[in-house]
Amino acid sequence: MGIIKIKQLVHDYLKHDEEGNIEGSSRAINKVSLEVEKGQFIAILGHNGSGKSTLAKHLNVILMPTEGSVWVNGKDTSEEKNLWEIRQSAGMVFQNPDNQIIGTVVEEDVGFGPENMGIPTEKIWQRVDKALRSVNMIAYRHHSPNKLSGGQKQRVAIAGVVAMRPQCIILDEPTAMLDPLGRKEVIETVRELNEKENVTVILITHYMEEVIYSDRVFVMDKGEIVLQGSPKEVFSQVERLKQYRLDVPQVTELAYELKKAGVELSDGILTTKELLDELKKQWMDRVKKENSR
Amino acid sequence: MAIRVENVNYIYGEGTAYEIHALKNINLTIQDGEFIGLIGHTGSGKSTLTQHLNGLIRASSGKIYYNDQNIYQENFSMKELRGKVGLVFQYPEHQLFEVDVFSDVCFGPKNLGLNTAEVEKRAREALKSVGLEESFYKQSPFELSGGQKRRVAIAGVLAMEPEVLILDEPTAGLDPKGRDEILDEIARLHQERHITIILVSHSMEDIARYVGRIIVMNKGNVQWDDTPKEVFRNYRELEKIGLAAPQVTYIMNELKQNGFAVDTEITTVEEAKDSILRALKDREKKQV
Repeated sequence: MGIIKIKQLVHDYLKHDEEGNIEGSSRAINKVSLEVEKGQFIAILGHNGSGKSTLAKHLNVILMPTEGSVWVNGKDTSEEKNLWEIRQSAGMVFQNPDNQIIGTVVEEDVGFGPENMGIPTEKIWQRVDKALRSVNMIAYRHHSPNKLSGGQKQRVAIAGVVAMRPQCIILDEPTAMLDPLGRKEVIETVRELNEKENVTVILITHYMEEVIYSDRVFVMDKGEIVLQGSPKEVFSQVERLKQYRLDVPQVTELAYELKKAGVELSDGILTTKELLDELKKQWMDRVKKENSR
Repeated sequence: MAIRVENVNYIYGEGTAYEIHALKNINLTIQDGEFIGLIGHTGSGKSTLTQHLNGLIRASSGKIYYNDQNIYQENFSMKELRGKVGLVFQYPEHQLFEVDVFSDVCFGPKNLGLNTAEVEKRAREALKSVGLEESFYKQSPFELSGGQKRRVAIAGVLAMEPEVLILDEPTAGLDPKGRDEILDEIARLHQERHITIILVSHSMEDIARYVGRIIVMNKGNVQWDDTPKEVFRNYRELEKIGLAAPQVTYIMNELKQNGFAVDTEITTVEEAKDSILRALKDREKKQV
């Protein structure tokens, strides 16, 4: 069994009237099934209100299934006794770093999680040390978090999760509030954790270019998974993604537009290098033709 | 008719141990009808600057003129200025508070002291221009989607009929379609009503697509103030201050370095496509 297994998950949000009686419900997740293997880098795309964040909240038991089941690391999330174990194996990072940082000094903030887990002091410092190194923030350990840039703050928030040694990290739009450099820092950090420490990553984002290195992309619409595959497979479907209110990276769009204008290119080009290589080939073909005259 | 910023300095916590020189001798002129992109890394002074323009923050030194009137003059009405220079904060939906959408949008013009008929007329127009139909009027703003909420918040500022509209990251957290819809609506307001727009954004791609002029802030200074092409030409330097150029600009530079005869001063996908097609065609012509 994978690190995360979701089977026929349904989530209904209940509406209450002023007296607190249930007035009605709206379905946010509709029979979603998916499995994530340990060490994978998964991306979830979808428009606002498509159900991505609701799905993420099931992975560390902020929400519980209306119907269906979710297992994290083999533990069923609907059983209360599993709660703490699941929250330790699946850590969550949210959009706004300012809402996630509580310590007055970086290293204390990072130590908060393991301290709550009852880890002995000495071990906490070892974990803090390692976590801060893994997000490249060790030089800032004695700094005050509120003097850091957005990207640095978000990396401290990630370190706080890493210090709890989760097997899986879920990031819900971690870069939405950051400037370009901050965005790059956070994504590089997450990729490194995935590659070097084998942490399973589930990244939710609206920035298409952030998901091109993931192992698998899931696209959600109206509470369902409507498209999934490798980034190449998913981003080959430019028109369909636009229907789901999404987009493709600029290089993919450029290649798509060039192809529409008659240039021979393959579908789902994701990097500048791929585009360059294919264009080079065409260029050289033309030069060769010229020389053979 | 313009905003003129002259030698403006702003110091947070002046005289304390936490003193921060947030704006350093800023000089700018913003003409009527411009569409300006204001960029800079977190903490570069962008928000501090925008809050000066509608008098929310008072400069530590220097002067600001609105239509040639010194806004720090004794008899100048700050209230009037705030009606003319509308500021849409980041995550403006957090400021929605009324029982329904229509009342929320009416709040601004009502506070300007207008009569009910005028207030409602303006609210209707504002909601229409952000693409919200009458079926939304009586809904609670809290039951709307993220993009819809944000539109209500923008309508609330538009209903005050500002001459200048400043938007601080209006698309943060929105999906790509929602982002395009909001920016297209802003562009339409700019074109049809000739409102001056100042767009603060971390998305270089969005900035490149819409604005005619970019102001780059760094450490409280204006580092560049020019057209998108001129500004993004400095992409290496932009990276050093936490920014970047749009992805296409990098693509074009890389193509050029690899021997393609393409234009590198390109900031949108459309321009990039044209330039590459032209280069390929020129190659073909040479063969004939």
